[in-house]
Amino acid sequence: MAERSWSLKGALRGMFAKPTIDDETWDDLETALITADFGPAVTDEIVEELHEKVDRYRTTDPADLQRMLRETLEERLARFDPTLHLSERPAVVLVVGVNGVGKTTTIGKFAKFLRNYDRSVVVGAADTFRAAAVEQLATWAQRADAQIVRPQQERQDPASVAFQTIEFAKSHGTEIVIVDTAGRLHTKGGLMDELSKIKRVVEKQAPIAEVLLVLDATTGQNGLAQAQAFIEHAGVTGLVLTKLDGSAKGGFVLAVQERTGLPIKLVGQGEGIGDLTGFTPHVFAQQLVG
Amino acid sequence: MRSSTIDTTMATFGTLSDRLTETFKNLRTKGKLSASDVDGTVREIRRALLDADVSLDVVKQFTATVRERALSDEVNQALNPAQQVVQIVNEELIGILGGQQRRLEFAKNPPTVIMLAGLQGAGKTTLAGKLAKWLKKDGHTPMLVAADLQRPNAVTQLQVVGEQAGVPVFAPEPGNGVGDPVRVAKDAVKQAERQQHDVVVIDTAGRLGIDAELMKQASDIRKATNPDEVLFVIDAMIGQDAVNTAKAFQEGVDFTGVVLTKLDGDARGGAALSIASITGRPIIFASTGEGLDDFEPFHPDRMASRILDLGDVLTLIEQAQQAFDEEEARKVAEKFATDSFTLDDFLKQMQQLRNMGSIKKMIGMLPGAGQMRQQLDQFDEKEIVRTEAIIQSMTPSERHNPKLLNGSRRLRIAKGSGMTVTDVNQLVQRFEQASKVMKTVAKGGVPNVPGMGPVPGASYGGRKQQKKKGKSSRSGNPAKRAAENAAIAAGTNAASAGGDAGGSGFGIGGQNAPSGDELAAVQKLFGRG
Repeated sequence: MAERSWSLKGALRGMFAKPTIDDETWDDLETALITADFGPAVTDEIVEELHEKVDRYRTTDPADLQRMLRETLEERLARFDPTLHLSERPAVVLVVGVNGVGKTTTIGKFAKFLRNYDRSVVVGAADTFRAAAVEQLATWAQRADAQIVRPQQERQDPASVAFQTIEFAKSHGTEIVIVDTAGRLHTKGGLMDELSKIKRVVEKQAPIAEVLLVLDATTGQNGLAQAQAFIEHAGVTGLVLTKLDGSAKGGFVLAVQERTGLPIKLVGQGEGIGDLTGFTPHVFAQQLVG
Repeated sequence: MRSSTIDTTMATFGTLSDRLTETFKNLRTKGKLSASDVDGTVREIRRALLDADVSLDVVKQFTATVRERALSDEVNQALNPAQQVVQIVNEELIGILGGQQRRLEFAKNPPTVIMLAGLQGAGKTTLAGKLAKWLKKDGHTPMLVAADLQRPNAVTQLQVVGEQAGVPVFAPEPGNGVGDPVRVAKDAVKQAERQQHDVVVIDTAGRLGIDAELMKQASDIRKATNPDEVLFVIDAMIGQDAVNTAKAFQEGVDFTGVVLTKLDGDARGGAALSIASITGRPIIFASTGEGLDDFEPFHPDRMASRILDLGDVLTLIEQAQQAFDEEEARKVAEKFATDSFTLDDFLKQMQQLRNMGSIKKMIGMLPGAGQMRQQLDQFDEKEIVRTEAIIQSMTPSERHNPKLLNGSRRLRIAKGSGMTVTDVNQLVQRFEQASKVMKTVAKGGVPNVPGMGPVPGASYGGRKQQKKKGKSSRSGNPAKRAAENAAIAAGTNAASAGGDAGGSGFGIGGQNAPSGDELAAVQKLFGRG
């Protein structure tokens, strides 16, 4: 079976256990980073940087290398501000992403997260495309003790559901609005345009506080293409990394964060409603490298 | 320097097939291969495969084999070593992807039990619907089973999907954590026997590879129902974790075949290569869109060609043949030949073309299309709708005889369709040109289509090599003709009683041909002014 803990430790164990750094250590490091989905480009960068550091400090101790790796990752991950901005009232949050990354589940957890701070929350079921998506969101809303605005008819225009959700929030004085959208592959122009429309419609009513792009940790290098398309069409302001409870490391988010300048804001690591946390680069790097 | 390489890999060469095409561009033009040529190529292949999320172990193995074969005598003795390398890569890709296409195994004594397993969000429930619909179309009487009692409202989703597919759903438990999936699966098989359903498709809860409890549940379902096929459903966009996941599922449940979903995105190839290589299980189906019909058997050779950017020509042809009514096509071919092709027929053709699915998707399957991805993105399918609007604003007699269309009629049509007179003029002009070209085709000629050139590794049956003909007066837009051919190729082939090679009409725009102009020409055909 795959390793239980979400970490590179397994891949790195061999290399840090050795007495000195040798060629094999570098090979192992490269393998570990690629296996963690950092991608060939970022992997080359990191390996090169660590090579320099090791040379500069004239160390041969793998333990130093491990610390340097942790620091490098932490430093690179920490270049962006992971704070969620939800000061407007209502604060409108749009949740977008490709199919099956866990948007609806994330919304359920996020609503709960906000309810824990005693914020009133309404979720808008604007995924009117996928079968039973509305019911799935309703179940989560109930678990999180949040309000829900459903479409009034089948296949209702998602933009109008978003509109009604904000209207609801305004008339009921709800503090935070979270709008679910249908999963769409970033390569489908028409569907991406639909997303732009939702955004336009929402913006006419209230400024959008956050547009969160949900990325699945099991995704590979395609994550970057996804992010770029969603930024272009939906004006993404932050990333949510889900499914970190599996064996995937989600290393591609580093590249996504650096290339797009978008910070990771939330991290999902489980199927339970409480399994969503803010993003802390220090903890992330620590967990990854050990 | 580093950042520039990154930018090019990310922006320009988004996919494996694009990357390899770029790599081979240099090879194709060279006469002989040196060891350093091969090393350079192998490095590029390695990088491309890693960017495409092929697992590192598989990449190492693959590149080692390619290198060894590329440096061996078989290449040196070849007439064109560069082409030989392309062929080696193609062969190796096919080898890993499973060689022959594998069909679904049916039980001798029905019902055939098919169980689906995979990670959360891989697309199992949607796939269950697609598979059921596909089976039904194939003459089976499938039944869907809601054994995902975990995910909120997965049962409801399956019921909706079943309804869309016109297939009954066995869902005795409400789900959302309530009910015993093993029991549901077991009862389902009995129910199918009673109601004479010959195939049972069991949807199970998504699980992480490391979730021992859920893995055991899947394994128990397997034991209880003794399925003929256990299909491992996996997202084509998955990264290096494909290996861990596939291994965990192989150990935990074991599967007989793989279904690759979300192949309509731009992440293709990587996971397929890794999983097939590491588990040794064949990929049986590919899922290519959100509609219930966006589903097809997986063809290893075509996938390899697609990765090499030779285009997925055979799939395209098959889709065309499915969408075109043969009788209709024969009539149209006759009309071309006898010069009685009208705007009405033009409209019908266009509507049939749309039935084939997204035009973009189709063009994406054409050889060399990787190079026009950007233009493809700009291609507006709504142009077809506009063209339809114009034609539908004409009277029957006008559609029959476009010569009737004088200035005031054109103005009326423009107003009626919400377009301008210029748009109407352009449509009429295009129609006249198109019908001329189609007439040539119907009479058995080949209208100025640039040849594919010898395509290495493209040895599927029935592919006829195109001959270059003399330049016609309307040269410069081969893709336009390509599209026209696409519109009628299935028809003409059917009309000539299958005597012609299936792919002849599609042998278009080879490795070096497609350009922005050509795509613009396609757009023109479909109504862009």
